[in-house]
Parts: sequence; C-alpha cells; structure tokens
Amino acid sequence: MLSVVFYPLLYNFLLAFRNMSLYHFQVTEFVGLRHFRAIFADPSFYSVFAKTLVWTVVNVFFHVTLGVMLGILINRPLPGRAVMRALLILPWAVPQYISALTWKGMFNYEYGAINLMLTRLLHLAPVPWLSDAFWAFVAPILTNVWLGFPFMMIVTLGGLQSIPQEMYEAADIDGATAFQKLTRITLPMLAPILAPAIVLGVVWTFNNLNIVWLVTEGGRPADQSHILNTYIYKSAFAYNRYSYAAAFSVIVFLILLGFLLLTARTQKRQAGA
Amino acid sequence: MAGRAGRTSRGGSRAGDFAAYAVLLVFCAIAVYPVLQVFGIALRPADRLYSTSLAIIPPDATLHSFRVILFEKPFLLWLRNSVLLAAAVTLVSIALAATAGYAFSRYRFRGRETGLQAFLMTQMFPATMLLLPLYVLFKRVHLLDSMLGLGVAYVATAMPFCVWTMKGYYETLPKDLEEAALIDGMGPWGAFVRVVLPLAAPALAITALFSFMASWSEFMVARVILTRPQLFTLPLGLESLAGTFQTEWANYAAGSLLVCLPVVVLFISLNRFLISGLTLGGVKG
Repeated sequence: MLSVVFYPLLYNFLLAFRNMSLYHFQVTEFVGLRHFRAIFADPSFYSVFAKTLVWTVVNVFFHVTLGVMLGILINRPLPGRAVMRALLILPWAVPQYISALTWKGMFNYEYGAINLMLTRLLHLAPVPWLSDAFWAFVAPILTNVWLGFPFMMIVTLGGLQSIPQEMYEAADIDGATAFQKLTRITLPMLAPILAPAIVLGVVWTFNNLNIVWLVTEGGRPADQSHILNTYIYKSAFAYNRYSYAAAFSVIVFLILLGFLLLTARTQKRQAGA
Repeated sequence: MAGRAGRTSRGGSRAGDFAAYAVLLVFCAIAVYPVLQVFGIALRPADRLYSTSLAIIPPDATLHSFRVILFEKPFLLWLRNSVLLAAAVTLVSIALAATAGYAFSRYRFRGRETGLQAFLMTQMFPATMLLLPLYVLFKRVHLLDSMLGLGVAYVATAMPFCVWTMKGYYETLPKDLEEAALIDGMGPWGAFVRVVLPLAAPALAITALFSFMASWSEFMVARVILTRPQLFTLPLGLESLAGTFQTEWANYAAGSLLVCLPVVVLFISLNRFLISGLTLGGVKG
C-alpha cells in the first residue's frame, strides 16, 4: 500500500533530472541539474518562497490559537453546546472547492458580501480584494483560516478528554488560578496529541493548492499571489513543463524534510530533558 | 452521561460562562455565514449569481434547484458511490491506525522511529506532482477507473495523520491499565480491545471524521482516476454541473449543501464519543 505513495515519489525524482515537457513527452533525455540551476537563478523563486513562509506561519498560528481557544470554551458544560459544536464544524464539513468558490464570490469587488458589509454597514471604502497584489494574498489567508480552525478545535476537544479530572481538583485544593490551570495542566497535557496535528498542519498549509489557486484564479493578478505549490501546478499543467515542475517539487520536498528533521530533534531534546 | 456529571465540578463562574458564550456565538456566526451565502444562492430562481443585496433569502426564493438536483440529476448515484467509498475508507483507516498506532506507542522495535518519520515524509510532497506518477502506476496495475484504486489511494493518504493521532492519544493513557488487565488474565489482544480501545474513543472519533472527510471531499485524485460517469463521486458530479457552457449556480449550490449534510450528521453522531470523558476515574488507585 505504501507503494501508492513511494512509487510516485521515486518517479518524480527521476523526472526532475530529465527534460519532459509538452515538446518532449515520449522521448526524454537526461539533463542533469539544469532545472535546479534554473530555479535557483530565478528571483521569483525567492519571493514566492518568502510568501509561502508567511502564508504558512500566519495560517497555522490562527488555526492553532483559535482552535485551542474554541476547543477549551466548548468543552465547558454550557447549555446548547452540542448545537454550537455542530455549527462550528461547518467550515470543515463544506468541501474545500465549494468554500473556495463561495469566498471568491464574497470577495467580489462590486457584488461580494464582504465589500457590501464594509461599505453599507461600516461606511468604509471597498477593498480591491482580488485585483491588488497585497489583498489578493490576504483573501486566501482569510479563507484558509476559516477553513482550518474547526479541525484544530476537534483535535483539542479530543485531547481534553484524556486529561484526568483529578488534576483539576487537586489544583483547586492548592488554590490555583484559572490561568495557572491552563498553562500548567491543560496546555502541557494537550501537547502530545496537538503536536502531530500541528506538524502536519504546517506541511499541509505549506503545500496548499486548492484555496490559493481557486480564490485567486490561479495566481491573479499577474501571478503575484502564488505560493510554491500553486507555482508548481501552473508550471506543470498550464505551461506543461513537467520536469521543471518535478525539480521544483523536489526542492519543496527537501525544505519540508528539513523542517521535519528539525522538529524531530526538538521533540527528542524535550523528551530527554 | 457519566462525563457530564463529573464535569460540573469544573464549571467556571457566571461571568466566565457569559464570556465563553459571547466568543462562541461570534465564531458560530463567522462559521455559518458563508454557508448561508451558498444557501441563498441555492434559493435564487434561475442562475442569478450576483446580487447587491445582503439579504440571505431572496424575495423570490424557490426550492426548485433542490428538486432538480435530487430528481433530475444523477445525484443519488453520486451519493451512493461516495457513501460506499467513504465508509470503506473510514473502516479500513480506523482498523489500521488503531492497531499500528498502538504498536508504535507501546512496543519498541527496529525501524520504529524510521517508520514514524516515513509516515510523515509521505505528506511532504506537493500533491500536484504525485498525480502524474500515480496515474502511471495505477494504469500498470489496472486500478484505473475503479473504486478499489481510489479507496487504496485515500487510505494511503489518510494513514499518516490517523496513525500519529492514535499514537499520540495512546501515549496519554497510563500503562497500568493494561498491566492490570494482564494480571486479571486477559491476553495482550484482549487488554487492547477491552481496555485500551474504549478509552481511546475520542481519538477514534477524530480518526473516523478525518478519513471520512478525506475521501468525501477529495477531488484532484478522483478526477485523475475515475472517468466513467457511473463511478463519479459527489465532488466529480458537482464539478460536472459547473458545465462547460454555463454553470448552473443554483443547482451547484443546492448540491453543495446536500453534500455537507452527511458530514454534519456523522459529526453529531460521533459527538458522544468525543465528549465521553471515559477516562474519568479510570486511573484511580
């Protein structure tokens, strides 16, 4: 079963060193590191890379903080919380391509709900969400934060169930404040179950394709709103530069592998300490 | 219900409850609003996508598009395909992740670290570039245009998260419980099934939801693997409504809402396990 994942990996590595494209589809030849050199010589690689980092950090930050906060709040014995939980899960329940198209509609300059609210309810100037390079980067971030917080909320909710109630009772006897209980009991006890979700969340966000692609219509305006993965997708399926895209994805893979090794080492150090 | 009784002891102050309500209600509104937008589009007659009104329900609302999607389009066929596929993927993922996660958490064996890291590594590759090789591989082993092929691909992609979540959750369960079960004469398998698994219900619920969602709304891989319309899953079916000449927006929106329904139902039915509080008192003594 792992071959479903590992075979494509290997195939892609081989592809990265050949010259497969629309013009060389059947007969390909070995071209060595040509694509890699071309990518590193291209200044847009660095700006897209920087944007991908910002995109990932901002998204994951909001996913985790909102998710943990809502998870803890909704774990309280409040009447009606079952209904609120069902409502809060909605962004996750809606298939991504539908959400992306819906948000694209809401970002419409003239007819979109967001600009209508800004101008009519708050009397502010409309925001050029999809035609300005800066806002066209903010728009998919807003969409993706909306999409992602329920997932972290559910993981938090599951993690909270593994914390024995006795720990809170003991803390109450010792006169701990709510804040102390949060930082000394809840968050450390959540760590083992949140950690893999966060590591994978970083990887998924880094490699996001649907949202950025659909909300910005493939990098509009003028290819200024790409992250690495949409850039690769455009190279492969709009320009048919298969090997170039393959080489590019090898680079992304190596970046993420570096990230993984780093987190693994940090975890090991914490476990050892 | 044992959980609820135990939980009241932790109830915060009145003011705290009020603040919690306020925050939760704000986020409920944010979570629901875009879905309401889709609902509004579904209610519009004809295919009027753009409107400068902020009203959710248009004055000339009609349920026509729901009727069209349910009875005039092959929606029920897509639904059947998706339900069967997602159910199979969910069951297989849970079975594999529950056992593999347990092995990774409790046993020390050669290649344990490597195995765990390898699971994560599979997630690092940009999905776009896996599509072409996946197509070539499936063509070679005759899994193209088959539900089995799609299912295998979904289980393989959902496994890393599922295994890591199960492992993380098992780590929080004290080992004494299994040791006690072993002393009471249960075998290792019995201890796992009768003692550990019930305690791991919240993690199992997360795993189930995740693998269900992974196959329920996945589009790119399905697009590559399935070509016969009889095999279409819901995302492919909906996409075919966004036709080449004119998108049937109202039908598309109505279909989208119907696609979300089973997920919400599944979530509500798994809720019980997520908030079970089964560990309460489990570690006493």
